[in-house]
Amino acid sequence: MKEQLAKIKAEALSALEKAADSAALDELRVKYLGKKGELTAVLKQMGSLSPEERPKMGALVNEVKANLESALTQQSKRLEAAALEAKLKLEAVDVTVPGKEPKLGHKHPMYVALDEIKEIFIGMGFTVLDGPEIELGELNFDRLNAEPGHPSRDWSDTFYFDQDERVMLRSQTSPMQVRAMDSMELPIRIIAPGRVYRKDEVDATHSPMFHQVEGMVIDKGVTMADLKGTLNLVMEKLYGKGTVTRFRPHHFPFTEPSCEMDVQCHKCGSVGCPTCKGEGWIEVLGAGMIHPRVLEMAGIDPDVYSGWAFGMGLERMAMRRFKIADLRLIFENDVRFLEQF
Amino acid sequence: MNLSREWLNEFVKVDASAKEFAEAMTLSGSKVETTTDLGAEISNVVVGRILSMERHPDSDHMWVCQLDVGKDEPVQIVTGAWNIHVGDLVPVALHNSTLPGGVKITKGKLRGVPSNGMLCSLKELGLDERDFPYGVITAAALLNDYHPIDPAKPSIPADIKPGGKIFGPVVCAEVLEDGWPQPDGHVHTCLMVTDYTVLPNTNCANLHTGDLVAYNTKTNTICTLADLHAEQKEFPHCIPDGIFVLQEECKPGDDIKSVVGLDDQVVEFEITPNRPDCLSVIGLAREAAATFHAPLFLHTPVVKGGAEGVLTELLDVETPAADLVPRYTARMVRNVKIAPSPKWMRRRLRAMGVRPINNIVDITNYVMLEYGQPMHAFDYRYVKGGKIIVRRAQEGEKLTTLDGKEHTLNANHLVIADETRAVGLAGIMGSLNSEIVADTADVVFESACFDGTCIRKGALALGMRTEASAKFEKGLDPMNTLPAVDRACELVEMLGAGEVVDGVIDILNHVPDPTVLTVEPDKINALLGTDISGAEMFKIFEMLEFTNPDDVTDESLKSFPVTVPSYRGDVKRMADLAEEVARFYGYNNIPTTLMRGQTTQGGWSPAQQVENSLGAVCRACGYDEIITYSFISPTYYDKIRMPEDSLDRKSFKILNPLGEDTSIMRTTTLPSMLEILTRNYNYRNKAAKLYELGRIYHMGGENGLAVESKVLTLGAYGPDMDFYAMKGTVQAILDDLRASDIHFEPCTDNPSYHPGRCAWVYAGSDIVGVFGQIHPLVAQNYGVDAPFCCAELSFDELMLAKGADPEYVPLPKFPSVTRDIAVVCDEATTVGALEEAIRKGAKGLLKEVSLFDIYRGKGIAEGKKSVAFNLILRSDDRSLTAEEADEDVKSILETLKRDLDAVLR
Repeated sequence: MKEQLAKIKAEALSALEKAADSAALDELRVKYLGKKGELTAVLKQMGSLSPEERPKMGALVNEVKANLESALTQQSKRLEAAALEAKLKLEAVDVTVPGKEPKLGHKHPMYVALDEIKEIFIGMGFTVLDGPEIELGELNFDRLNAEPGHPSRDWSDTFYFDQDERVMLRSQTSPMQVRAMDSMELPIRIIAPGRVYRKDEVDATHSPMFHQVEGMVIDKGVTMADLKGTLNLVMEKLYGKGTVTRFRPHHFPFTEPSCEMDVQCHKCGSVGCPTCKGEGWIEVLGAGMIHPRVLEMAGIDPDVYSGWAFGMGLERMAMRRFKIADLRLIFENDVRFLEQF
Repeated sequence: MNLSREWLNEFVKVDASAKEFAEAMTLSGSKVETTTDLGAEISNVVVGRILSMERHPDSDHMWVCQLDVGKDEPVQIVTGAWNIHVGDLVPVALHNSTLPGGVKITKGKLRGVPSNGMLCSLKELGLDERDFPYGVITAAALLNDYHPIDPAKPSIPADIKPGGKIFGPVVCAEVLEDGWPQPDGHVHTCLMVTDYTVLPNTNCANLHTGDLVAYNTKTNTICTLADLHAEQKEFPHCIPDGIFVLQEECKPGDDIKSVVGLDDQVVEFEITPNRPDCLSVIGLAREAAATFHAPLFLHTPVVKGGAEGVLTELLDVETPAADLVPRYTARMVRNVKIAPSPKWMRRRLRAMGVRPINNIVDITNYVMLEYGQPMHAFDYRYVKGGKIIVRRAQEGEKLTTLDGKEHTLNANHLVIADETRAVGLAGIMGSLNSEIVADTADVVFESACFDGTCIRKGALALGMRTEASAKFEKGLDPMNTLPAVDRACELVEMLGAGEVVDGVIDILNHVPDPTVLTVEPDKINALLGTDISGAEMFKIFEMLEFTNPDDVTDESLKSFPVTVPSYRGDVKRMADLAEEVARFYGYNNIPTTLMRGQTTQGGWSPAQQVENSLGAVCRACGYDEIITYSFISPTYYDKIRMPEDSLDRKSFKILNPLGEDTSIMRTTTLPSMLEILTRNYNYRNKAAKLYELGRIYHMGGENGLAVESKVLTLGAYGPDMDFYAMKGTVQAILDDLRASDIHFEPCTDNPSYHPGRCAWVYAGSDIVGVFGQIHPLVAQNYGVDAPFCCAELSFDELMLAKGADPEYVPLPKFPSVTRDIAVVCDEATTVGALEEAIRKGAKGLLKEVSLFDIYRGKGIAEGKKSVAFNLILRSDDRSLTAEEADEDVKSILETLKRDLDAVLR
C-alpha cells in the first residue's frame, strides 16, 4: 500500500505539473482526489489493514492528500496567473491613439491678463470696482480737472450723446476715481478695470473700444515713493523678478506730479530694437499723485490726505504678454485664436 | 514739436549725442519721440570745382568733366547737364556715395567713357528751389537740341546758320563764349548773329561755346521753350533742372552736408498740453539748460527803427472784443523788399519742417518757431483807413483765407478787420485780401494774445486747425508778444527786408499779475517721499528762473518765495512745484517704498464672484470667451428681426460715431454674438461655442445715464449642437449657481428664434432668460444656413436665482426600488407635463424621475408617442417592500391616465 501511495503521489505530482489549463486540473483532481479517485480507492483498502497499521497508513494517506491538494492549488494559481497575463496581453491598447478629451472652453487672453492684474492688486488689499461706461462728461473731465478746451474733449477724440457734452462714452476709466471718492470711506485702495471708448479708427494698434485698468490709493501720508514701489512690485509680478522700470515726467490733468512708467524692453534690454521702436523702453502706464484740485472737488482735504493713481491699457499689456501682433485679433474672436490661450 | 539742434545751440550749448540728449530731455519731462539726422541718407558727397569740360565723343549732349574734389588727382565725371561751366562749384557724389531715397552711386562708363561719380541737382540732394532760390535754372532752347515733331516738316531748318530767321524778330545766333552766371542771376555771354555780335540780356545757364540759340533781336534776349511756344519734346534737354551750382562759401572737398545745411539733427518732441511754452526753440532751450545745467543765452531784440512816418498816425488798433484779446501788439515796416531769406534762416525753417517762402513770411514763421508766438504780417495797403479792429465776426460775414477757402462766420469767431471788412481770422489764418505779395511795400506785424477757447472753438467750427491756432488754444503767455514783434523787426533790419517805423502799438486788456508761491521743502518731500534739502530745491528753482538769487539766505531755505515766470502758466500750487523739483531731482532718484498705513480688505464683490464662477462653468462646458463691441449699427436690430415698435430699439445714439456700424449702444447682445458666430462660420471653423458676459445699455438710468445691465450670452454651432445641447449648458449654469425651482416654457413669439425651438428659462416666477435655435430668417440675414443656437441670460436674474450655500443631506440608509414605466400619450403632451403628473401621483416615496426614451413608430398609433421614465422610490426610515413601491407606481399611473390620458404601454 505504501508503495501504491508513493506511486500515486509521484504520478499525480508529475501530472499536475503538466496540466495546462483548469479543465485538465479538474480532471486530475477527480482522478486522484475525487470520490472515485485513486486516493479514495486506497483509503477504501484501509479495512484490510491491521488496527496498528491503520492510523499510520491513515496519516500517510492524509499526507499524500494534503500534498496533492497543495500542489493542485499552486498549479491552479499558476495557471490563473498565466491566463490573466494572456488576457491582459490581448487587451493592450495603442496608447498613441488620441484620448477622448472633453472640450474645455478658454478664457479670452485679454481677461487672462486682466485676471492676473486683479489678483495682484487684490493681494495688496485693493477692491475691484465696476462702473458705468455711458458716463457724465462732468465725471470724465471736469471732476478730473480737465478744463473745457482740453484736447481730449474734442469731438474728434471722444464720443458724445448730446450737444452739450453732458453724457458721453467714458474715454478713460479715471471717472471711477471720482465715483470711488464720492462713495467710499477713506482710506481707499481700488482698481477699476473696464471698457473705454475713443474715436480711433481700427488698425493694428487702435480700436474705438478698448480696456483700461484704473487704480487709486488715498490715505494719509501717501507719497510718490509709494507709487513707485507699488507699481514696481506689480511689474515684477507681471513680468518677472528683476524687471527694470523707469519713470518719466508726463502730464495728466488729474495728477501732479504726473509720470509715465516704462519697462525695459525684454527683447533688447534697452539698447533699442523694433519691439520698443528703438527706444529701449516700452511704455506701460500713466500715473501720478492725485491732483489736489481733484481731491478738493471730492471734498477731501489735500493737506491731510494724499493719493496716487494709475491707468494702464489692457490690450497692449495682453498683446505683449502673449506676443499678439495685431489688436484686431482681440476683437475678431476667431476660435482658432481664442483656443490658443 | 521739431527742434533743430543747430538752432538750439544758439541759446544753450549742449554737446550730448543724439541718444544722450534724447534720454536726458525725456527724463526731465520733454519726451523725445525721434531724432532725425537731416543728412543721414547722404554720404561721400563733396564740393567739386569744374576744371575742364569736353564734349562727349559719342553724345550730342553729354560732357566729360574733370573736377577738383580736394584730392591730389582730379576726378572725371560724365554728365548730361548743360547748365555747368568751368570754374563752377558743384555737389559731387563720388564713387560709393549715397543720396536721399536710397540712391547709391558707383563708378561706371557712360557710352564708353569712364565716369567716377555723379554731379547732383537740388532734387537729388533732397532739396528744392525754395531752399535755394538761386538754384532755379532757366534753360535756353538750344537749336542743336531741336527735334521736330514731324521730321518731314521741321519748324526750324536742320541746317540753320547764325542769322537764319526763325520767326518775327527771332533769329539763329551762335554762342561765342560759355555763359558766366553773375551773382544777380544774370548770365554773361556773347552771341554772334550773322556778322555782328551782341551781349544778350539772359538768365539762361545752359549756354556753351558753339551752341546755337534762338535770339530775339527786339528784346535782346535768348529764347526759352516758352518764348518759342515749343513743346518739351521738341527740345528734350531744355529742362529747368540741372546741376546745383553752389554760391556758398566752400571749397573743393568740403562735405556737402555742412555746405547746404544738412548737417543738423532734428529732434521731435511730444509736448504735453500743459507746456505750450515748450512749443518754441527758446522754451526747449530753457528746459535743455536746466536739464544739462548749462547756461542759457537769451537775446533781447534791438530795433534801430527810423522809417519815415509816425506809427500812431499810420495805424490805429481797436479791440472792442477786449475779453477775447488779452493783448495786441503791432509794429510796422515800410519800403519792404520781398526777396528770399538768407540761407541760415531757410535752413533753420527747413529743419523745423517749415518751407521757406519769402523774407517777410519767413520772418513771421521764424519768430513763431523761436518764441512760440504766432505772428501775422498784413499788407498795409489793404488795411483800409489805417485801422485794425479786432472784433467778433458779424453773423454771416464772409472771409477767404490764405488757403483760398471761403468761410461764413458768426459771432463766435474773432476777426482782424479794417474799417470795411475782415482781413484775417484772428489766431487762425490770414486772409487772401491782405496777403503779402511780391509788390508789398508796407507791412504790419501783428503779435497778439487771443483767448484760447475762442480760437479753439473757431478753428474747430471751421475745420481748420493751424499751427497758430494750435498754439493759441493752449493759452499763450501775454508777456511774449512784445519781444516777439521786436524780434521780427530786428530780423527785418538784419535781412535788409525793410525799414521799421519807430514805436509799438501795444494794447494790454488783460495781463495777469505774476504768480508768487512759497516753496516749503518739507511739504514737497512729504508728497514725493524724498529727503531733498531746501538748498537743492532752491537751485532747481534758480535754474528754472523762478527765483531771484539775491533775496534768499540759508536760513530761509525752510521756506522761500518763488515768482512763477509768465510763460509757466501751468504752475499754480505746491503740487506743481513738487513736480518741478521731481523733474530735475530725477523721477528715478525718488526712492521706492511700499504702502503703509491702515490695511484695507481687498477682494471680490459678490457680483464679481458670480461673474467669475459663471465664466468658469461656461468654459467647463466647452465655451470660449469672446469680447465684442458695445456699439452696433441700428440695422442690426432689423437683422435679428426685432419688431419695429420694440422698446429695445430705443438706444443711446452716438452723435459723432466713427461709422454707422458703431453708432448706437446695443440694447441686446444677440447681434454681437451672431456676428462672431457668422465670422467663425465663414472662416470654416467646424464648430464654435462662445460666451460673453457683456453689457447692454437701456435708457432711463440715473442722471440721464444708461441702465447698464449684463447679459451672459452663449452662442454655438457645430455637429453636436442643437436645442437640447444648449439647454444642457443653460441647466449646467443654473445648477452651478444652485438655482432652485427652474423650469422651461416654450417661447413661440421671440422673432429672433425658431418658434418651435425656443424656451424661456424661469427661476420661480422670474424669467432668467431665453435660449434656442436662431430663426432661419435671422440666419439668412447673416448669410448662413447653419442652425446657430444662442442663449441670453440676465446677469441680474442669475444673481437673484443663485441658491444658498449647500447644506449636507445624509446619504440614504435604506435601499431604493427602481421601476421603469412607459406610457403612451398624445404627441402634444410634453415630457414636462408627464413628469409633473408623475410627481403629483407619487405618494411620497418617489425620489427621482428621469426620462430615458421617447418612441414613435411601429406599435404606437399615429399622433401618439411612448415616453419611458425610470423611477427611483425610497423611504428614509425603512426598506421598501415591492408592494409598497407598486402602490406608488399604481397611483402614478392613475394620475397619468386621469390628468393626461397617458396609459401604460
